[in-house]
Amino acid sequence: MAETIPVAHPHEHAHEHHEEGFFKKYLWSTDHKIIAMQYMITGMAMALIGAFFAYVFRSQLAFPGMSVPGFGVVSPNEYNALITNHGAIMIFWFAMPVLIAAFGNYLIPLMIGADDMVFPRINRLSYQIFLLSALVLISSFFVEGGPFGGAWTMYPPLSSNADYSQTPLGSAIFIVAVALEFIAFLLGGINFIVTAMNSRAPGMRMYDIPIVVWFIVLASILFMASVGPLIAGAGMLFFDNRFGTRFFDPAHGGDPILWQHLFWFFGHPEVYVVLLPAVGIVAEIITTFARKKLFAYKTVLYTAFGTSVLSFTVWAHHQFVAGIDPRMANVFTVTTLLISVPVAEMMFVYIATLYGGSITFTTPMLWALSFIATFLIGGVTGIFLGASGTDIYLHDTYFVLAHFHYTFVPIAIIGTFAGFTYWFPKMSGRMLDERLGKIHFWGTVIPFNLIFIPLFILGAAGEHRRIWDFTQFPELSAEWMRNLDKLATVSLWVMLAFQAVFLVNVIYSLRRGAKAPRNPWAANTLEWTTDSPPPHGNWKELPRVYRGPYEYSVPGRETDFWPQNQPN
Amino acid sequence: MIESILPAASTSAAEIDFVFTLIFWLVGFWLIVSEAVFFGLLFRFRKRDGQGAQYVTGELKSEKRWITIPHLLVLVCDVFIVFFAVRVWYQVKQDLPTAPDQQVVRVEAQQWAWTFTHPGPDGVLDTADDIKKINELHVQVDRLYHFQLTSKDVLHSFSVPAFRLKQDAVPGRVIVGWFHPTQVGEFDIQCAEICGIGHALMPARIHIETPEQHAAWMATQSGLSVAAATGR
Repeated sequence: MAETIPVAHPHEHAHEHHEEGFFKKYLWSTDHKIIAMQYMITGMAMALIGAFFAYVFRSQLAFPGMSVPGFGVVSPNEYNALITNHGAIMIFWFAMPVLIAAFGNYLIPLMIGADDMVFPRINRLSYQIFLLSALVLISSFFVEGGPFGGAWTMYPPLSSNADYSQTPLGSAIFIVAVALEFIAFLLGGINFIVTAMNSRAPGMRMYDIPIVVWFIVLASILFMASVGPLIAGAGMLFFDNRFGTRFFDPAHGGDPILWQHLFWFFGHPEVYVVLLPAVGIVAEIITTFARKKLFAYKTVLYTAFGTSVLSFTVWAHHQFVAGIDPRMANVFTVTTLLISVPVAEMMFVYIATLYGGSITFTTPMLWALSFIATFLIGGVTGIFLGASGTDIYLHDTYFVLAHFHYTFVPIAIIGTFAGFTYWFPKMSGRMLDERLGKIHFWGTVIPFNLIFIPLFILGAAGEHRRIWDFTQFPELSAEWMRNLDKLATVSLWVMLAFQAVFLVNVIYSLRRGAKAPRNPWAANTLEWTTDSPPPHGNWKELPRVYRGPYEYSVPGRETDFWPQNQPN
Repeated sequence: MIESILPAASTSAAEIDFVFTLIFWLVGFWLIVSEAVFFGLLFRFRKRDGQGAQYVTGELKSEKRWITIPHLLVLVCDVFIVFFAVRVWYQVKQDLPTAPDQQVVRVEAQQWAWTFTHPGPDGVLDTADDIKKINELHVQVDRLYHFQLTSKDVLHSFSVPAFRLKQDAVPGRVIVGWFHPTQVGEFDIQCAEICGIGHALMPARIHIETPEQHAAWMATQSGLSVAAATGR
């Protein structure tokens, strides 16, 4: 591509270029920053769809039979379709594209001092396939029979046989969309790994790479190593679904449990695929705003390696009561509880980093700190489920749901807002409004806790998942339980309403925000040494690296930061 | 802990509740300590005029201690939890206890109903006096039951919260398990695995009865004489 104009935020220039220029520049670009923005905007738009679904089905749960404003009365099959697509969208079309693809694309070249990705055209293709997968998924809402409603885990025979699901086209389209999305991230992942390993600025050794880059690369490796069996499985499931092969049909020699193994062999590492970029983002932010060197950089890295390896050995804890040999559960209980050790250690390291700091509570810092505070709850509640004995009871209850939302909301929502508010000045050249940012922060984090704390209690009381209306179950109809469900739903409404503050803040700041200097946070990593926003090619002269990324408050220096590219 | 919000109506319910409570206190301790240290540090090291941050690498042994000691303690807690979790798992899922007066019931799941086959007055399944009921399971308190669980179509899950019992039903397979009711009453049976449009619409009830009630119920159901039922 031959463009040399400095890159700016798409919205700003939308009207200044004629059609072809706009198309070439923003939709057909190979610039890693533009592709990052494409992923970011698409991912956030998909998150809005996923959030709308949550709003509809939570409203039905709390007020059964109500006509939900903007949707109408929710039927059981609509309810199933909404929860299925909420889960799939939030993981595959929001968390993955934003955390790995958007931040990975934006940050890797800028933080390692490269002018672009190693394979820019593969990068463009990756986004295009991703966009196609999103459109394919959305199209399933408009086909005969409606979208797939058999949960995002797609367990056969429900997903493989239209007689059971009654969504002949919806389930096939769902499988195709998921498979396409995997292909997009395989392409993107190759790019991230190769770029980070080969394009580093001169002087940047392995232990000088910022943690977030390391973690996105690890996440890409995890994804590539785990997704193979699932793509094979998705192919088999598609053939079962469309052509009547019987891979998962027990009446013809198939086995439905096999799918669960293939799915969760991918599905559990997938948790760490999205977790790692988020904890990486948090590491960058807490070191910057505590003015502290990251506590034990190498230990952080090794805990991530340990977590990554262990994450391949825990998958069957999703299947304790699925009909696997009960002896297997003992092995998977041990591995699952073992993984709590490196993850807990990672959290301890972050908390230790705060010791001796000089902490300022900016909006990005608040998001990063709230990640630690809430993710801890998600982490410890996992122990109840990893322990086979208690999982017999808690499996498929709202306790599970509350647990993984206490991991995924910190990861996907809090992690995204942390990274977005931290790097927004670099991406757009404007500062976000701090006051609106803090209103948005408290308006998101407080309701988030009020949604899911009640759901832990409801789950422990036996409320089970994917149920359209609990009032048919006498034990679940107790008034206190219905009231807790209402509290959760009303909190969700509040949380969603506060997202408007974020939109207003972004639009206002893009137009009127203060101009961002190169390094507004006085941070060390390389992306802060170029213009905000960085031009095409990122630097006029590529930087050279002299030290690690977290040399804050080094004794004997005038400033409390020491950028990686400064010789002394 | 759970028993305060949901009755514990089987022998294994109390065991599972115990492990739940144990984990609750162990991880609750870790959560409170971590959050307290976290918020304490935030308050103590908030930015103040004239005070810069310290330079701590965390690479020294004396510093790393702050990480390695808690990490070893977490490991000890894990071992503890694994022991109790596996013990109750073994009792509920791996072991199949037997008793002289045990009975076998068949549980068949389908879209979207449960069919429960009771052995009837002769106490043996697959005989003429079997009692088939839809969405209604009748058992006698303080008696060991084995269940044969199967599905006619998709995956379902046989879940009895009052027993803390859950087992997926897999088409093409018969999965055998057990329960031992300890409390008279009527409780929910749920399907805990999404099974299609009607997944939410298959609630069933388990009736735990005294021997007399159970015999009386059987008498009303079976074509055989009341004497046959009460004679046992």
